[in-house]
Amino acid sequence: MSRGNQGWLMGGWLFFTGLLSSSAWADTQLNLTKGVTAVSREVYDLHMLALYICTAIGVVVFGAMFWSMAFHRKSKGAKAADFHESTKVEILWTAIPIVILIAMAVPATSTLIDMENNDNSEVTIQITGSQWKWHYKYFDQGIEYYSVLSTPREEYENQNGSFSGNGNAKNENYLLEVDKPLVIPANKKVRFLITSDDVIHSWWVPAFAVKQDANPGFINEAWTNVDEPGVYRGQCAELCGKDHGFMPIVVEVKSSDDYDAWLNEQHAMTAKAADAEKESLSASMNKDELMQLGETTYMAYCAACHQPTGLGLPPAFPALKGSPVATTGSVAEHIDIVFNGRAGTGMQGYGKQLSLKEIAAVVTYERNAWGNDTGDLVQSSDVKAAGGE
Amino acid sequence: MSEGTEQEVIKQQNNSKVIKKLVLVVFAMFGFGFALVPLYDVFCDITGLNGKTNSSGVAYAADGIDTSRTIKVQFITRMAKGIPWQFEPVTNEISVHPGEMKFVNFYAKNKSHRDIIGQAVPSVSPGIAAGYFQKIECFCFTQQPLKAGEEVEMGLQFYVDLDLPSEITTLTLSYTLYDISGKVDS
Amino acid sequence: MTTETINESLDDVHNDDHHDHKMTGIKRWLYTTNHKDIGTLYLWFSFIMLLTGGALAMVIRAELFQPGLQIVEPDFFNQLTTVHGLIMVFGAIMPAFTGFANWMIPMMIGAPDMALPRMNNWSFWILPFAFAILLGSFFMESGAPNFGWTFYAPLSTTYSNGSTAFFVFAVHIMGISSIMGAINIVVTIMNLRAPGMTYMKMPLFVWTFFITGYLLIAVMPVLAGVVTMLLTDTYFGTSFFDAAGGGDPVMFQHIFWFFGHPEVYIMILPAFGIVSTIIPAFSRKKLFGYSSMVYATSSIALLSFIVWAHHMFTTGMPLFGELFFMYCTMLIAVPTGVKVFNWVATMWRGSLTFETPMLFSIAFVILFTIGGFSGLMLALTPVDFQYHDTYFVVAHFHYVLVTGSLFSIYAGAYFWLPKWTGHMYNESLAKWHFWCSLISVNLLFFPMHFLGLAGMPRRIPDYALQFADFNKWVSIGGFAFGLSQLIFLAVVIKCIKGGDKAPAKPWDGAEGLEWTVASPAPYHTFSTPPKVD
Repeated sequence: MSRGNQGWLMGGWLFFTGLLSSSAWADTQLNLTKGVTAVSREVYDLHMLALYICTAIGVVVFGAMFWSMAFHRKSKGAKAADFHESTKVEILWTAIPIVILIAMAVPATSTLIDMENNDNSEVTIQITGSQWKWHYKYFDQGIEYYSVLSTPREEYENQNGSFSGNGNAKNENYLLEVDKPLVIPANKKVRFLITSDDVIHSWWVPAFAVKQDANPGFINEAWTNVDEPGVYRGQCAELCGKDHGFMPIVVEVKSSDDYDAWLNEQHAMTAKAADAEKESLSASMNKDELMQLGETTYMAYCAACHQPTGLGLPPAFPALKGSPVATTGSVAEHIDIVFNGRAGTGMQGYGKQLSLKEIAAVVTYERNAWGNDTGDLVQSSDVKAAGGE
Repeated sequence: MSEGTEQEVIKQQNNSKVIKKLVLVVFAMFGFGFALVPLYDVFCDITGLNGKTNSSGVAYAADGIDTSRTIKVQFITRMAKGIPWQFEPVTNEISVHPGEMKFVNFYAKNKSHRDIIGQAVPSVSPGIAAGYFQKIECFCFTQQPLKAGEEVEMGLQFYVDLDLPSEITTLTLSYTLYDISGKVDS
Repeated sequence: MTTETINESLDDVHNDDHHDHKMTGIKRWLYTTNHKDIGTLYLWFSFIMLLTGGALAMVIRAELFQPGLQIVEPDFFNQLTTVHGLIMVFGAIMPAFTGFANWMIPMMIGAPDMALPRMNNWSFWILPFAFAILLGSFFMESGAPNFGWTFYAPLSTTYSNGSTAFFVFAVHIMGISSIMGAINIVVTIMNLRAPGMTYMKMPLFVWTFFITGYLLIAVMPVLAGVVTMLLTDTYFGTSFFDAAGGGDPVMFQHIFWFFGHPEVYIMILPAFGIVSTIIPAFSRKKLFGYSSMVYATSSIALLSFIVWAHHMFTTGMPLFGELFFMYCTMLIAVPTGVKVFNWVATMWRGSLTFETPMLFSIAFVILFTIGGFSGLMLALTPVDFQYHDTYFVVAHFHYVLVTGSLFSIYAGAYFWLPKWTGHMYNESLAKWHFWCSLISVNLLFFPMHFLGLAGMPRRIPDYALQFADFNKWVSIGGFAFGLSQLIFLAVVIKCIKGGDKAPAKPWDGAEGLEWTVASPAPYHTFSTPPKVD
């Protein structure tokens, strides 16, 4: 090898060892996770089998090529042979790959059969994808809630920040944390019924090797049986609009006893929330309280589309600043839109996700912020009356 | 010269023949793309692949009841975006024998201040079971108009085919409710 | 009459019927029906589109350089990824291959031009129009299409941003261009081969384009159909893909991928043809197994029609559907493997030299095979549940399309530049292009395998911290790869302007009728068909 080429090889080697030995790589995951279920481990094994087979084939094929490049060079005096066909060899290298493929197809088939067996589950959970959050409903338990990204907006909106990344310090579970995770018991077969109420989403938790699309108007099934209690994180896996990257999935797997305790807690919380709603009907908040709660609610739930400035992203997400709905239009109409949504648009109803107080506050905020200044104050009782029921 | 132009003419005729055939294929494939729509429906009807059940009532056609098998049938409901209704099954799970006729109710209430026409769209999981889930009467066959504040109980009468594959012991019927007021000519 | 006189009189017929005065300036290029001119137009257009799509990718990689949203809003990011995909598929790769087809097929089969020269002109000139519409949508209020190049419903219908109509219009025009081009190629190959050139005597390059032509004719109309359904669902109240009206969003995916899967083979078969021409030339040895190469290519094309749902394993398919598509997809590895082995066997015990076309071709074989391996892994349904919609898929298709198709296009360009321009390109500058591209492209796409395995989904503008390191290196690779393509631009411009005079056959191991005419090839070649034995 010439001096020049030796130099290149050395440089390349140093570059790659430098690249790979930096301590920043200590936490970097190179391979698929083994996961925490029997199925996920089967999937991992199948992945490794395929990887080994492909590597072996690659070594043989590329090896032959490199050999050829080294020893069959014209500059080394090699003279070209003149063979250009051989039926025997062609049959051989058609048959051998077929055998190798069958060797991969057999374990793949049996793993797939396992995965598709959704029967005999002990817990059933309805999962609904929306733009841009997940909704979980425990079948037969009367427990349901939304699960929304909880990383603060300032942490990821860095358009005004410095490019060096100092910006706003990102926490460990940046973009993979939610306000209320899904909770399931360990060592029990849990069945998921997955759908969407707008576009196609996809529910994916790598540690369970579960990924199923959430199709609007149709349900899909998946199941898992997790060995180890813990917290497992996943993400939406089907482009669903602008915040596709901001609707993670967090599953907390609890031991059977802890799960039962959690269920009881949830029942108590649901009852308490219902009571709080009833109480708020007679309560009356002043403008400051309404604007403060309204602003935090708006920033958390509305600003993603309608923007913190109220200018929206028309035409898909209309502006609220100066909009007839939030200024000259009736309060009842405004409440109806926030509570029930608007059919045929991307505006969903928040009646189930927010409390009466929160909706009252956010409508008040929208009618008075950004110079809208209607002076309208909305109370919980107004929301109940205008939202419905 | 005549021989030369003859060759040219033959060439052009050959070209035209091939071009005509290819253009025909183009239009045929365009039509095929559209034909895939009903084909897909037929395929799914036969195989139940996408979980779609029958969209108009069928007569009861089972040959008796198979008491040796018990199937769990679960009911879930989902509201599409922007439809302010309460919509839930009165019972969310029942056990049936294949061939046995059952009747269940769903409760719906229009909680808003305007009249709304709803359409329930059913989906069965596992998809394979859809072909064996026979609806005799279903509120999903028709549109459901509800005036503001109005509530109603709607019925579903069904049975599960005797030849439901043996490995299925649970099936789930889901209804998604859509607001189609805007799509309907009043 | 003697043979000579017949041929002469044929020439007279040609000269009388056609104006042989070459137009000059803009008019020449606007009105040309000459296959060489149209080939040149396609090639320049595709290169400009490559740089445009590449620029969009640079912005994507700049945003993904670090966690956090630094440069663009999420919705605009979705527009970038969508238009990047559309431009690369329909504006860069496909037109580049059409450019090769135009330049080379008539010469390789001894024909004077394509069968339908005027339709040829239209096929090209509607393309800039289509892309002006697509790129123009960036300046609309709602922005460009933002639903991915695969435009699944209902994100692209009920929930779209208003750019759908322009998107549909642009795609229709691109489709018409491709269909017309494909008809031209098929008719040319069927009817204009020189006497004595039977099908099994055609260069493999011609075979691959022949088969690709049929694929295009079969599936581009299906794309036109699905995109029309999209239009009517969005604007005219139909419910093909809307469950509320009795439709099914998954049906969209079936129809789209029925087109989409053969489409990716449309983008690789011509590459196989190019590489099958270059490797024998620089090995000084005939292509190994010509007939099995023909059969393998045909099998790949046929199989490509029955594997579409391997893009849809997570949509809720029943078991037997998953198994069927898994088995069929794995099966495609067999004829593809045969082709790879045949290329290696061509090199084996040849007399190899490593000019730039050969370097790109060898890199193609190795790196496309790596893309094929990740494809095989993706075919395994249970594991696909972990790979689907992650960067593992992004790695796979960029390996087969960039180090696959694009590298073969570079290989072919270097191989035939002497024929097109009459000059030898600067070999050492070209080698710089090769090595810089090779290293940077692997830095760019190889770590994406790891990102996908570690759990990073596709089409996200921001990501969790554990993905940060690889993303940084990927972005650096991306910037380097982008810059490296400017070296190619320099090589081409230098070559057009001057360089060592190229002989009729600059590559001593090359075979084919194109090397029997002078370099640069005369404006009209093979007005009289050659005799082929």
